[in-house]
Amino acid sequence: MTISRRNLLKGAAAAPLASMALPAFAQDKIKIGFIFLGPVGDYGWTWAHNKGREAVEAALGDKVETIYTENVAEDASAEAAIRDLCNAGCKLVFTTSYGYMDQTIKVAAEFPDVKFEHCTGFKRADNVSTYNSKFHEGRAVLGTIAGKMSKSGTLGYLGSFKVPEVVLGVNAFALAAQKQNPAATVKLVMIDSWFDPPKEAAATETLVNLGCDVVTTHTDSPAALQILEQKGLFGFGQGADMSTFAPTAHLTAIEDIWGPYYVARAQAIVDGTWASADTWDGMKEGTVVISPYNAAIPADVAALADGVQAGYKDGTYDIFTGPIFDQDGVERVKAGEVMALADLAVIDWFVKGVESAS
Amino acid sequence: MDFTIAAIITIVGLTTPILLAGLGELVVEKSGVLNLGVEGLMLVGAISGFGVTVFTFNPWAGVLGAAVGGALASLIFAVLVLQLNSNQVATGLALTIFGTGVSSLIGVNFTGRIVAPFGSIFPDALARDPFWKLFFGYSPIVYFAIIMVFVVGWFLKRTRAGLILRAVGENDLSAHSIGYSVIRVRYMAIAFGGAMAGIGGAYFSLVITPMWAEKMTAGRGWIALALVVFAGWRTGRLLAGAYFFGILMALELYAKAAGFSFLPSQFWAAMPYAMTVVALAIISSRGTAGASAPACLGKPFTPST
Repeated sequence: MTISRRNLLKGAAAAPLASMALPAFAQDKIKIGFIFLGPVGDYGWTWAHNKGREAVEAALGDKVETIYTENVAEDASAEAAIRDLCNAGCKLVFTTSYGYMDQTIKVAAEFPDVKFEHCTGFKRADNVSTYNSKFHEGRAVLGTIAGKMSKSGTLGYLGSFKVPEVVLGVNAFALAAQKQNPAATVKLVMIDSWFDPPKEAAATETLVNLGCDVVTTHTDSPAALQILEQKGLFGFGQGADMSTFAPTAHLTAIEDIWGPYYVARAQAIVDGTWASADTWDGMKEGTVVISPYNAAIPADVAALADGVQAGYKDGTYDIFTGPIFDQDGVERVKAGEVMALADLAVIDWFVKGVESAS
Repeated sequence: MDFTIAAIITIVGLTTPILLAGLGELVVEKSGVLNLGVEGLMLVGAISGFGVTVFTFNPWAGVLGAAVGGALASLIFAVLVLQLNSNQVATGLALTIFGTGVSSLIGVNFTGRIVAPFGSIFPDALARDPFWKLFFGYSPIVYFAIIMVFVVGWFLKRTRAGLILRAVGENDLSAHSIGYSVIRVRYMAIAFGGAMAGIGGAYFSLVITPMWAEKMTAGRGWIALALVVFAGWRTGRLLAGAYFFGILMALELYAKAAGFSFLPSQFWAAMPYAMTVVALAIISSRGTAGASAPACLGKPFTPST
């Protein structure tokens, strides 16, 4: 058959017929969509969410199928990406970053039959749940270790944006470090991106040059750890165990474990029991997990870190227990008081000892 | 002193990739072709360089692989714009999308792996000395980039081949009418640009962060494009401009880490582009020949019309 324009047109006419037949087969399975911030290969935030998606496939693969869109920017384009997943027939859509909040709410209003799960936000609707993980509990463990391991008492924090999740992380890290070393200070650099390895690397060099000897990251690549490895300093993994990237520098990591929550919510869709909710799990529920400790951590420091973990699991420890002072020295939380979850969710001030530009 | 040296080393790290990619693009544009695919080529170079290094344990082979990978990818662009006269802007943008996609595809097999960083080849006494590391503490790619600035400058200004390349970029029909193969010159320029962008990309995956991560160049290809315009298509200014951009990028980080908040961070991020617009305005208002865009930039070569 020679390829003529007419033949091509025939083929083009036949194609929609073929594709129309497909959904009939697929209809038995419920479609679940995911909007990812970075590439699934970032080995951090998005990688962890994708592990959660894979857990859904593994647990409910006979009843559901999952699709995802990666590298979705936190701007108006996210709206189109979410809408695309709805139009593709998804019954449940996970939007896995704070910056998708308004877009999720907007698209959810257009698709009342689709359920949405927005990660780390605070706006809900009848068909929009929010879920979050108490990463700051993990940060308290890292801060405890950092406070003990730092010789200079100057710690580095490589941040992304000033959103509550990051502010909580910075504060938990600083407060926990100050429990071990009251003079500890935290230098903070926000790189205005969740994923920019060259900038993460340069920012880490900058923090080290300004005297930080332990640097923790709230951005999604192992770049900072690789710089610390080359300089013989210490750091922590973010989102996943990153020890393969920096076997010596990697003290431990906060692992985000989304699988159990994603499976439970997907199951609720299958069972027809899904309801809008606000879920904020942490170490107790197993969504925040601390990776194995590096051998460089002395036994007494490891014991302190274990104590923090145990305290979160049995509810006897909370890093946001007063007295807590802000950067200007104003007492924000009185002695003995514990900050409420609702206050934590919208926090926008840094604690004393955090040195930041904003 | 130690503080200044460490800051300079960070600036060199920020500068080198955009210098390499910008230098390649400068040669491409001097031949009259606008290749907006630099970002994609850098990613192809980053994964090619990393992949070859993983298999050969030899970063030199990796750099060569990055150059070959970048050149091959750029030749796809070359066939489309030179042979088929496709729109250079659209094709270049498509090349970026292609490079991003193909590097991610290949990279799936390399995620989570590391190689030894391709650092200084000088003895530790120099490379790790608190002072001498300022001169000897860098990856060979850094010295290569600076040497290439002078090689390319000499080539364009002082050699016959360079004159032909500029002639092709300024007036392709005239160059054609006196017997030079416009297409062949442009093929070579595009391949050179691809190779340089590839090596620039490998600087990320072999030197700064010796790993592969999708989209790890994070937009540096676009800064390299702006840099060529900022430099007014001159190699000396390209070197100065690259370091100027590098200093701006480092200043942003130092200002934040030191707790200065007199300017919003978005201001710093926009600076390279804002400075490019300013430079472009100055160049065009002066109207000096030789400091402006090659006359045939972006136009397809169609000798029959």
